[in-house]
Formats: sequence, structure tokens, C-alpha cells
Amino acid sequence: MSTRRLTGSANDPHIRRRYRAEKRFKAYCIGAVGIAFAIIVAFFTDIISQGYTAFWQHQVQVTLEYNDRSARLGQFALDSDMRDIASRGATRSIPLEMEDNPDLMGTTDQRWVPVKAEIDQYLKHGHDLPAELRQQVDALADSGRIQSAFNTRFFTTGDSKLPELAGIFSAAVGTLYVLGITLVFAFPIGVMSAVYLEEFAPDNKLTQTIEVNINNLAAVPSIIFGLLGLALFINFFGVPRSSALAGGLTLGLMTLPIIIISTRAALRAVPDPIRQGAFAMGCSRWQVVRDHVLPSSLPGILTGTIIGLAQAMGETAPLIIVGMIAYIPEAPSGIFESATVLPAQVFTWASEPQQAYVEKTAAGIMVLLAVLLTLNATAVFLRRKFERRW
Amino acid sequence: MYSEATTESPETTESVTAMTTGQTDTSTQAQTAGTAEKNVKVKAENVRLWYGQTQALHDLNLDIHENEVTALIGPSGCGKSSFLRCLNRMNDLIPSVRIEGQITLDGEDIYHPDVDVVQLRSNVGMVFQKPNPFPKSIYENIAYAPRLHGIVNSRRDLDELVEHSLKRAGLWREVSDRLQTPGTALSGGQQQRLCIARAIAVNPEVILMDEPASSLDPLATATIEELIDELKDRYTIAIVTHNLQQAARVAGYTAFFHMGEIVEFNDTDTLFTNPREQKTEDYITGRYG
Repeated sequence: MSTRRLTGSANDPHIRRRYRAEKRFKAYCIGAVGIAFAIIVAFFTDIISQGYTAFWQHQVQVTLEYNDRSARLGQFALDSDMRDIASRGATRSIPLEMEDNPDLMGTTDQRWVPVKAEIDQYLKHGHDLPAELRQQVDALADSGRIQSAFNTRFFTTGDSKLPELAGIFSAAVGTLYVLGITLVFAFPIGVMSAVYLEEFAPDNKLTQTIEVNINNLAAVPSIIFGLLGLALFINFFGVPRSSALAGGLTLGLMTLPIIIISTRAALRAVPDPIRQGAFAMGCSRWQVVRDHVLPSSLPGILTGTIIGLAQAMGETAPLIIVGMIAYIPEAPSGIFESATVLPAQVFTWASEPQQAYVEKTAAGIMVLLAVLLTLNATAVFLRRKFERRW
Repeated sequence: MYSEATTESPETTESVTAMTTGQTDTSTQAQTAGTAEKNVKVKAENVRLWYGQTQALHDLNLDIHENEVTALIGPSGCGKSSFLRCLNRMNDLIPSVRIEGQITLDGEDIYHPDVDVVQLRSNVGMVFQKPNPFPKSIYENIAYAPRLHGIVNSRRDLDELVEHSLKRAGLWREVSDRLQTPGTALSGGQQQRLCIARAIAVNPEVILMDEPASSLDPLATATIEELIDELKDRYTIAIVTHNLQQAARVAGYTAFFHMGEIVEFNDTDTLFTNPREQKTEDYITGRYG
């Protein structure tokens, strides 16, 4: 340590106190980060611990008999003692199968079918079952006729009133349709508006007003966009209620300001000398934008668009108003058909009373989060990869 | 058309020798210029320019001679860049700018309503202070404008034009094997020569240079100056510079700007050795500015 005493205006007698204050402030900030991180960890732990079991499902080995009785009601294909264990959904379609394929009559088939949700919950979490049934299940489990398997059905079927059969497929397809429409609607309009405002528009009262209003739109609560979508698309243009088209257009309204704002930021990041150089080469303004400004700002524009879409994807409130929070068991096959989306599916499951839907809800959230994280990671990747240093 | 392509000066590193030769050339030309006046390529008469309410240029008159380098010198904010940007109407891009007076190129008023600004700018090229190659390949940087203006028809002509322009800018030897790499990956001096190559690719008559070497190191600066000296055989060049030695080395004529006026305009030799005005003398001797 230096023994020399420094003098001068910077020689503050309270210097130690200043350092202490600095340390204290730093500690507060670290504390804040810690709290934020703890919340995230708690959130993920909770969701994953509740939801991971939904990706497994217990199955029971049954023998299906195709006979006169089962041609009338699928349940009769099962031994009577199995009827309380195997899911009704497993035998529901047998009469139809037999109608399509009369050769099945008189044959038997051994296969694994999902167990009823209550039994699944009993095996997973030990939830209560009537004593008689519990003994039967335990016996089957001991003899190896009940096993746990990866629940592919969760990803291949739509919603169901039988929790053991419910899946997210129809919601995922609905989300794809809705996001596709949002993208097709909001991306060209948003990018072109931004290009006009940033590159062509004169700076006057009118453009300033438009600018302020677009910025305000981005802060409007999403449910209000739902009301606008209801009034405009469904009531005025007659778009079918609950359809992917209605939902996509409504979310498009919501995403539009986000795309405009991020596109303008990306355009503004292109340095002016590039424009000047192009102008000096005899480019018209449109050529400057098309050949120089847009290619340079494309990564930024795409990043903004992906983030806007990710936000739209997680949106539920405006979709309630256009009727997309509904029981939709079948995946939509077109944009005019009733559809639901992932967060809406989560919402629907969360309001179901059966215990089995709790884990479905958590699993749905996990899928939704995984897709959102993938989208955001893509945005970050694009930004990193194509980021230009001038 | 491009038969007499200028080959690169082999001794880029021995720029000092080249510079001295360049200087003697200039002074002899300046002497002849006094007797046999060269053609006036660009003529500015009573040019006044306002940024909003602020007048930046006051009644400027200047003749820029064909196949000569004319340097515009003066302290910062004296209006020399503003004036330069009048010559290819780059000031049109700033909404608040108002220009009065007349600027003619080969006797034609460039601010006449019939004049197409795109054509004007392909006749009057520009090189900027900070090298600003497009974020595209070296090839594309040069090929872009000729293709845009429909100067070349076939791929082969374009290849030839790119090669020719790069040779003319003294860059061919350094980049011929990597034409597809990004122009922005070159060094600062190379980027600036790429910008010059880009400017001459559309075969302009006049090249405006706005402090083309001010962001470059001394060696790259020397290369650029050599290049300017070579280019003046074919092009008329107006160059804004803060570097008085540079003006003395490359320019046949020099205009001294001060507070939006041209204080003195003469051949470079006379202006630097025997200035008429006290202000000019003060500036070139470093008393202010």
C-alpha cells in the first residue's frame, strides 16, 4: 500500500462510505437477479414436475373379440372384467372398423390399449380407487399386463372428454394455421408501412401523428384487439366464428405494430453512408431500399417478426372473444373451420374438473414453452448469424 | 473501348518518389494552365444555399476545369462539402435545403427541371469521406451500378468492366483472386479504392471526392493520391480536403473557402506560394483553421 497521501478535490474524506454504498447497491442488484432467477426456476420446476407424467400413459393388454355384440357396441369386444379398466375410447371405434372391414367378424385381436384416466392416476400418483378395482389393477400390474409407455397419443390426437385420450394435435395444427395467417397478413403490411415511414415519408405533422399512434397501438391491451377482430372480421366481413382465419387476422392486428416498430428499428440501423453511396451511384429511392437497405436489414426484420409471432402465439385473451377457446377435438383442415390454439387448449384443460387434466395442462404448457423458446432461439440465432458490423 | 487500361503502378510502397513526380507534373500544368486555359467542365455561378433559415453558401462562383484536379480547402464548416454536394445534387436528399444560382455541366444547367438526377449522378460520380462499400461482394459492388443503368449487356462485358474498373483504381492485383468476398472485408484504403472503382465503373465525366483520404493511414493516403493523379487524365476531379499538403500534391487548382464564400481561387502553385488574400495566407500558414 502506498504511504503517500493524495490531495486534491478528489480526496473525499467520505471515500470509504462511498465504497460501502457502492457495495451495498451491488448487493441489492444481485439480490434482485437472484429473486428473478429463483422465480423462473420455481416456475419451471413446478410445471415440469406436474406435467412430465403426462408424457407417459399406462396401457393394459386386452383381447378384443369381434362378434355380433361388439358390432353394436364396442365395449362388448372386451371381457367384462376389463371394461372398467380399459379406456372406452379404445373400443369406441370397433363397430365402425367392423363395418369397414367385414372380414373381422369372428376374429380376436390382442393389443395394448390405454387404461382409464382414474386408473392411470392411481398408478402414477396413488389417487384413490374403489377397493375392488384397486385389487384388480394391482393384480394385472403384477402379472405384467399393465405397463407404462410413452404417450404418443398426446401428440397425435385432439382434445377429448376422456382425459386418457386427450392430446394437443388439433391445437398444434390450429396454431400453425393461425400463425400462418397472422404472418401472411401482418408481415407484408407491417414491413411495407415501416419502409414507407422510414425511407419515403416526409417528416411532417401527419407522419408524426401516425408514428405516435403506431407506438401506442403496440401498448394496447390484447383483448381490445379481440373486440376489434370480432367487430371487423366476424360481424362486418362475415368470417366464420372460431375459425383460424378470424383468430389469425385478429392476432395479425395485434402483431402489426410490433412488426412495424422492429422493422423501422432495423431500417434505421442501416448506416446512412450506404444510402448516400447508392444515391450517388444514381439509384432511385426505391432501388436504394430494394437493393441496399432491405437486404441489410432483413435479419433484424425477421427477428422482430419472429418475436411478434411468438407473442401472438402465446396470446389467449383476444381469441376468447373470437370464439377460439372451445372444445375442438378434430384438427381443422382449412382456415374456415373451427380451430383452437395451444394456449387456448391449455386454458380449456385447466378448467376441467378431472384430476387427469392437471397433468395435461402442465404438459400443454411445456409444449407451448418449448415452441416459444425454439422461436426465440431462432430469432437470437438469426440476429447473431447475420449481424453486421459497419 | 477499354484498350488503354491503366496498369497499376508497381511501386505502391515507394509512394514518396511517385508523389514528388506528381507534384512537379502539377506545377508545370499549372503554369501552362495560366496561358492556355483548359475547358471549363463545371461552372458555378452565384450559388447560394440555405439549410432551413441558415445560409451556408454565399454567391459562390467557381470554374472546375476539364481533366484537372480542383481542391476545395478551408476550415471546418466553411461550406466546401455543401458546395461539392451541389454538383451532383446530393443536397436534394435533405428536405430543408434550398439552392439558388446556376451550376452547369458542359454548359447545361444541372438544376433544370428537365435534367434527370439519375443521369446526372451517373455522369458525376462521388467518393465519400468514410469508405462505404455496399455490404456485397467486391464484384457486386462494381457491377451493381452498370447493371442498374443498363451500361453492359452480357456477362462477359460486365466481367471485363469490373476488371477494368478495378485496374483503373489500382486494386485489381490485390483482389483479382477474391472477387466474391465481401467488399467490407477489405482494409480501409482498399475499400476506398473499391469505392473509386465503383464510381468510375459507370464511366462518369466528373468525380467528386469528399475528403477521400481523411480516414486512411499515410500509406493508403499516398496510394489514393497517386490514383487521383492518374485519374485526372480521363476525369475531371473536385476534391474536398483538410490536408493542405494533399491539396498541394494532387490539385492543379485550389479554391479556399471561408464562411460559405470562396475567398480565393487560383492555380495551386500560386495560391500556396503567393496568395492574394490575407485570409488565405493565414490559413495556409496555419494561423487558424
